[in-house]
Amino acid sequence: MTVPFDLLLVQMVNGIVSGMILALVASGLTLIFGIMDVVNFAHGELFMLGAYVGTTTLVVTGSFWLALLVASVTIALLGAVLQITALRPLLGRDPLTTILATFGISLVLQNYALWQYGPVARKIQEPFTGQFQLFHVEYPWYRIVIAVLSAVIIGGLWLFMKYGKYGIWIRATTQDRIMASAMGIPVPLVHTGVFAIGAAMAAASGVLFGPLVGVNHAMGLDFILKAFIVVVVGGMGNLGGSILASIFISLLEAFASIWMSPAQAVIVSFVVLILTLLFRPTGLFVPTPK
Amino acid sequence: MTARPPATGYWIGFFVVLGLLIVAPLVLPAFWRRFATEILIWGLLAMSSDILIGYTGMVSFGHSAFFGLGMYGAAAALLTVRPPSLWLALLYGLVGAGVVAVFVAYFATRLRDIYFSITTLVFSQIFYVIIFTWTEVTGGENGLTFSQPPLSIPGVWSGRFTADTLHWFVLAIVTASYLTLRRITQSPFGMVLQSIRENEPRTRAIGYHVERYKIVAVMLSGLFAGLSGVLYAIQNKFAAPDFVFFLISGEVVVFNVMGGMGTLVGPVAGAALFFLLREGFSRFLTEYYLIPVGVIFTLMVIFMPQGVLGLLRRPLNR
Repeated sequence: MTVPFDLLLVQMVNGIVSGMILALVASGLTLIFGIMDVVNFAHGELFMLGAYVGTTTLVVTGSFWLALLVASVTIALLGAVLQITALRPLLGRDPLTTILATFGISLVLQNYALWQYGPVARKIQEPFTGQFQLFHVEYPWYRIVIAVLSAVIIGGLWLFMKYGKYGIWIRATTQDRIMASAMGIPVPLVHTGVFAIGAAMAAASGVLFGPLVGVNHAMGLDFILKAFIVVVVGGMGNLGGSILASIFISLLEAFASIWMSPAQAVIVSFVVLILTLLFRPTGLFVPTPK
Repeated sequence: MTARPPATGYWIGFFVVLGLLIVAPLVLPAFWRRFATEILIWGLLAMSSDILIGYTGMVSFGHSAFFGLGMYGAAAALLTVRPPSLWLALLYGLVGAGVVAVFVAYFATRLRDIYFSITTLVFSQIFYVIIFTWTEVTGGENGLTFSQPPLSIPGVWSGRFTADTLHWFVLAIVTASYLTLRRITQSPFGMVLQSIRENEPRTRAIGYHVERYKIVAVMLSGLFAGLSGVLYAIQNKFAAPDFVFFLISGEVVVFNVMGGMGTLVGPVAGAALFFLLREGFSRFLTEYYLIPVGVIFTLMVIFMPQGVLGLLRRPLNR
């Protein structure tokens, strides 16, 4: 079977767009893991709650961009509270306990959303509906904007980590927690801050992604799974690796869905994971195993 | 090695609990009778994952795959072979779960700690997607329904399952599995698993082939999880993709943490506690019972990581 070239190109754009969203979720996840060895199982739920806060704000204010901002700030605060109450007491214990604790939190948040917002999916109206001609399809501008915005947020994070004073605190804490604290960096505060940043990024991607799919209480599940795959394939705690892996896997899935249903295309990313585990267990983009 | 002190207290406790479970269906009303049977089945699943979580120190988030494949294996036997046979269902279920376990064990044990957890989680989702989308064979979202096989001991006796005999049948299998698993954890093999949990590099340095032990542990755990899947299929007469979904795996981990890891019976107690909490809360919270249960679970992870039976860990492993 020959596949028309333009279909491939459209799928490529689709893949890059969803890859950027995934990168936004996964970079929050990997940031949190890199700095405090916490695998945040509740990350998908923060993503989902962000989308819900976005819908509520959108109904009240009517402004998509305000919704994006309010959702990010609200979920960042929620993330900070969760980190202080549930994760701070676990510092120094086996990292596995953090999976368990965040799993408990994810159960609570997911069912809270179901209780609060009901099982019917909600729609976020995209801020603009313009389309442009991409070969034979009308391609919505909004998708391109999502990809660009995600890239801007991730780029902002990178600049912040590289040059910002607090970004340097974060990197120092990642490298050596004890030394950083000896240098006068308030390590517990950095942990809370990083968790809040990660949560805000999840919430922002939730709002951005909302218009493409319905917002429902289970939307975090699919996403967290993909984000986990990305984070393992890209090398856990490796920001650049997880961004590359997000785009790589989303592209593969987009191409695969030319031949099979999107539900089955997920298997492609599973296969990538298995192959990565077989040949590069520390991640595709990590040169030397620890 | 010095002789162990006799574990008389342990065996007295064992027979008292076993006795209570044997008479349970005779005294309990119908709802709680079914409840007790179900707890035993989930308890077996939780117990199987305790081999990994409690004894080897590997938290599996993929036990739903083994459980689900046990269910679908039993379904395959009951739907294709005439007349339906209980023992063939067991065999098919164990083979199904075993094949999956070999696959998962081979790949997932290459990774440690959280990576292992994530990998098992992703593997269980692979099987979920396959089962969910392969509608012609698995019935897709609707799953498969079948009739209950007769309870038969070939050549000796045959009859239909009643609520009581089903309970006793499940109890017999769970007890036998418990004694087997207990024996395994006390064997030299089990000791190696526990030393992997305590200190993996040192175990490797002593000269044990750690990966091989881990692979066998995952396969063993998968087989017993499959067994519980078969029992669940026989009790409920259906197999559904929901039981392969990773939320089930999560619940299994919840049972382990609540009941007490590394005790084998702790997870069963955890399952009982979880279902009791569910019953209690769903009276006034309906399907949102997971909100308080999740809060209790998180609090237990933080303040009581030993679980309910954690204090009895030493006497239970005598």
